[in-house]
Amino acid sequence: MESKSSTTGNRDNPNRNLHGSKTMMASHFLRALFRIQQTSTSSSSAGRSRRIRRAAYASMAYSAGTRRAWSRALLRKLRSRARLRFPRRLSRAATPQRRDMDQAQVLRKLVPGGPSMDDCKLLEETADYIRFLTTQVRLMQTVMDSVSS
Amino acid sequence: MSSRRARSRQSTSSSRITDEQINDLVSKLQAVLPEARLHGCLSMQVSAAKVLQETCNYIRSLHREVDDLSERLSELLATTEASSAQAAIIRSLLK
Repeated sequence: MESKSSTTGNRDNPNRNLHGSKTMMASHFLRALFRIQQTSTSSSSAGRSRRIRRAAYASMAYSAGTRRAWSRALLRKLRSRARLRFPRRLSRAATPQRRDMDQAQVLRKLVPGGPSMDDCKLLEETADYIRFLTTQVRLMQTVMDSVSS
Repeated sequence: MSSRRARSRQSTSSSRITDEQINDLVSKLQAVLPEARLHGCLSMQVSAAKVLQETCNYIRSLHREVDDLSERLSELLATTEASSAQAAIIRSLLK
């Protein structure tokens, strides 16, 4: 019986990686939300929202684990208590398409761990990072909807 | 003059990977970007720069959404009764 090689199984179905991670992400984030709500009744709302934001990136990184460069970089930042900041302003490289090296540089600043990646790795990591980011955003929206109803 | 051209060609090939590799990986990115953002890129020969640009824009907007939702969740948790918030949150986990 011929069996197809399944070495690229994960790559063919990227959502398979995500499914188990979704549950981990949700439980991690929700537990963090409980803690934040219980311990911050007197603290400022800015501090609380910072903690929630941190919890969001933490649950993303923990659910992705150490198999990805972006999640490893995020975990490092979180553990060192460094500020989690991403560049906001639009790229000034509005010049024509030849210079797609500039866009890659811009992208490197947006993806955790980007600066140490070559172009190939950057694109793979970016796709994975986006998948986890959108899942986290949807999770937060779901929580918003349930709590406010 | 020819040496200058050869030099410039050499520098670009050492700092750029092949277009084929870029297109291959860019198609992976396309799979996760919302379709509306790539409305302009219908041809097979995807403009790698365009996709990269849209990717950057998309990631930035996702970061902004995380910030925004964090603030709104923060306000919501402050005003909501603790027990009902927890019940609602558990409900959302079970969905």
